[in-house]
Amino acid sequence: MTARTGWMAVAALAVALGATARMAGQSPQPQQPPPTEGHGGPPPPGAQAPAPPPGPGQAQRRELPRFPAHQRPQADPAVIERGRGLYVGNCGPCHGADARGGQLGGPNLLRSQLVLADNDGELIVPVVHKGRPGTIMVPRPDIAEADVKAMSAYLHHLQAQGSNQGGPPPGEEVPLDILVGDAKAGSAYFEQKCATCHSTADDLKGIATRVPEAMALQNVWVSGGRAAGRRQFRPPTARSAVTASITLPSGEKVEGPLVRLDDFLVTIRQADGTVRSFRRDGDVPAVVVSDPLKGHLELLGVLTNTNMHDVTAFLATLK
Amino acid sequence: MTAKRLLLILPLLVLPVALAGQGRGVAPKDLGKPPVDSWPTYSGDYSGKRYSPLTEIDRTSVKRLGLAWTARLTAGTGGGGGGGFRRGFGGPPVIVGGDGPADFPAVPANVKGTPLVVDGTIYVTSPDNVWALDARDGREFWHYFWRTKGSTPIANRGVGIWNDFLYFVTPDNYFVSLEMKTGKERWNKVHADFAQQYFSTSAPIVVDDHVIVGTGNDLDSPGYIQNFDPVTGEVKWRFYTVPMKQGDPGLDTWPSLESARHGGGHPWLPGVYDPETRLYIFGTGNPIPAYTAGRGDGDNLFTCTLVAVNVDTGKMAWYFQTSPHDMHDWDSAQTPVLFEGVIKGKPRKLISTAARNGYFFTLDRVTGEHIVTTKYGTATNWVKSIDKNGTLRRDPGKNPIVPGTLTSPTSGGTINWEPPAYNPDTKLFYVPERNGISIYYLTDPDPRGSMGLGGKEEVQVGNAGNFLTAIDPLNGEVKWRRPYPGNGFGAGGGGLLTTAGKLVFSGDASNNLVAYDAETGKPLWHSRIGSVSNAPITYMLDGRQHILVAAGDTLYAFAIYE
Repeated sequence: MTARTGWMAVAALAVALGATARMAGQSPQPQQPPPTEGHGGPPPPGAQAPAPPPGPGQAQRRELPRFPAHQRPQADPAVIERGRGLYVGNCGPCHGADARGGQLGGPNLLRSQLVLADNDGELIVPVVHKGRPGTIMVPRPDIAEADVKAMSAYLHHLQAQGSNQGGPPPGEEVPLDILVGDAKAGSAYFEQKCATCHSTADDLKGIATRVPEAMALQNVWVSGGRAAGRRQFRPPTARSAVTASITLPSGEKVEGPLVRLDDFLVTIRQADGTVRSFRRDGDVPAVVVSDPLKGHLELLGVLTNTNMHDVTAFLATLK
Repeated sequence: MTAKRLLLILPLLVLPVALAGQGRGVAPKDLGKPPVDSWPTYSGDYSGKRYSPLTEIDRTSVKRLGLAWTARLTAGTGGGGGGGFRRGFGGPPVIVGGDGPADFPAVPANVKGTPLVVDGTIYVTSPDNVWALDARDGREFWHYFWRTKGSTPIANRGVGIWNDFLYFVTPDNYFVSLEMKTGKERWNKVHADFAQQYFSTSAPIVVDDHVIVGTGNDLDSPGYIQNFDPVTGEVKWRFYTVPMKQGDPGLDTWPSLESARHGGGHPWLPGVYDPETRLYIFGTGNPIPAYTAGRGDGDNLFTCTLVAVNVDTGKMAWYFQTSPHDMHDWDSAQTPVLFEGVIKGKPRKLISTAARNGYFFTLDRVTGEHIVTTKYGTATNWVKSIDKNGTLRRDPGKNPIVPGTLTSPTSGGTINWEPPAYNPDTKLFYVPERNGISIYYLTDPDPRGSMGLGGKEEVQVGNAGNFLTAIDPLNGEVKWRRPYPGNGFGAGGGGLLTTAGKLVFSGDASNNLVAYDAETGKPLWHSRIGSVSNAPITYMLDGRQHILVAAGDTLYAFAIYE
């Protein structure tokens, strides 16, 4: 997989100075997930993601720019492009070509209070012209005001692509290697821990073809098939569904996939597709829940990162 | 007909004039008392216990608890919250404040804070909205709506009351004061810089003539609490949770002043107050960037820390860091609990907190001296060692890495914002406990670090169970765990309430409000009202004990009628 970061842009700064290397900035506004409470955390595997609150407002609001950095009118693309070239040449060595800070110690400008508060260079121009006394930022009165404003437009253009939860704008794509494990060690671990339930000749045959992307493959096998990605849930199969066995006071026994369970009610799906609910009063009726993924949960308690990466590397060979 | 009722009905005859609430105010000296016929501050009193001395509803009588009324709230200018036929009269006009654009759609009402109840009137909030409702039937007295400029409308934790005035914060960071009786705005002040992407959610805490409230932000910025003058709205002091200048304490735990000044530590939630020491004690949020490099190797003080500040001076008296150099967005902003106990034969004034990182702490609240550190999240697996002073040392092997790290809890935490409770009768500390397990992938390996919450991908791959958990805070031992059956969403609702009736009220993971036996955790009563979104509160009204709770945009009041 790859991720977008600005690091490669910085690493390539020496060659990128003044040049027109591909930079963060021309990408469309990233899709921003709705903010979740307390910074959220992902939903449990196999669960439905929580529905957004009712009403039309929420759906519309999600696309609305929420902060000044996203609301500020954007300059003409030609101005932004000119500002980008000027910025990379004049400011990039210290502040980073992506404005996230540079190797010479200049601060990240995307989170700068001054740049966030600036609208059209009115705060940035004086700093460029007068410098920052006591730092290595020297006065640059030689840069015309219009040019500083163009650079400001470029910074605001970058800020506009940040996420509401403070994430930076998407930058260059950087390859991220998930397959760092030892496939041979993974095979041995599989034989020891997984082969009691799973077979590479049967249920996992061709798993790497069915789930070709390494991160998704790792998520799928560790979660027991329930989660492929952050919001990519897979419905339980007949093999992985949680079932309940209910013994009524009459002695009648009812079994089926569990639909719902709390301290007061248990609901199962019957063979004909209908659901049936039973009121619970303490231990009556007796309810025994069977989770075929119990073994996975136990494994999660002992699985090390090395084990996990090894098994992922092994499963990735099962084309 | 009493004079009070007459006063109530008179305005009905001259609609459409806003109905004045019946509401008397609350003198600050009454705020610290155990709540009986009111719930006048975020936690009921200053202690954070969320404990009510009321006993009418107990383990026997709770079986007869029934619905008194419901009221559905409508955010924005659409109007029409509350029960009854009031809308047939046109309803009281919505009082509109704020200078945001008129076409910005209102966020649907979602009550994730604590309503305050004073003199038969309920003051309840949702982001950008405050309502005064008749506690007898949920009817709307007035509704104030703030036109926002934008921001992240995650939640609002409620209002604070000082005499006859209300105070609350808006998502776009205004500190607003209203008249309690009418909802009329007195003034508004800027609490934090909207351009820096602060968004405010907390509930103000009133102590004497201090109104204290904290910040929130996900972008790299410093957290702080401010003390406002209740009359003028002037800021009396501001306390930053991270070093802001050379010489500030904690600076040596950051790679640079620049890093510290953007280091987060937002005090998202209300704290507690100890009148004897005049200390306001609160938790701070995670360091920023949350998941990546960029903060050196130090502890990043005073993020993820319990901090005690003198209310009069704004100076720090002590601190204890519950998550040094957090790497998983596990803030420690949870409201702590003040209580008394005997440690090694000596009576002590104590404070406890159950942190988002799965660990429980008890300290001396006068000195900050450490007493207890224990793990309460059963699957929590990120700690390498515990110092002799109780400080956790993380396993760097649990940092998010490119090929993925298997870690519990999830970034949502063992507990999140939901307030815990402490019952002095059972001497137990109650907290919802969630044991999700995630793979954390680093997606931004840039050694400069990412920004905000950027730079990681997380997938939850398992759940080792969710519980209502009772902890003995004197030694940190878990006395019992009551499972919240179901697949996890909403486990623990929006926090807890405990009472002298030996009950704990909580949402479960299946849309029920449940009353549990506070001694054993056995469920005794429930009502399936939907996903419970705040901590229930309780108060006496007309001789009956009421339980008030929210599920999203609807309030539910329960009482015993036979």
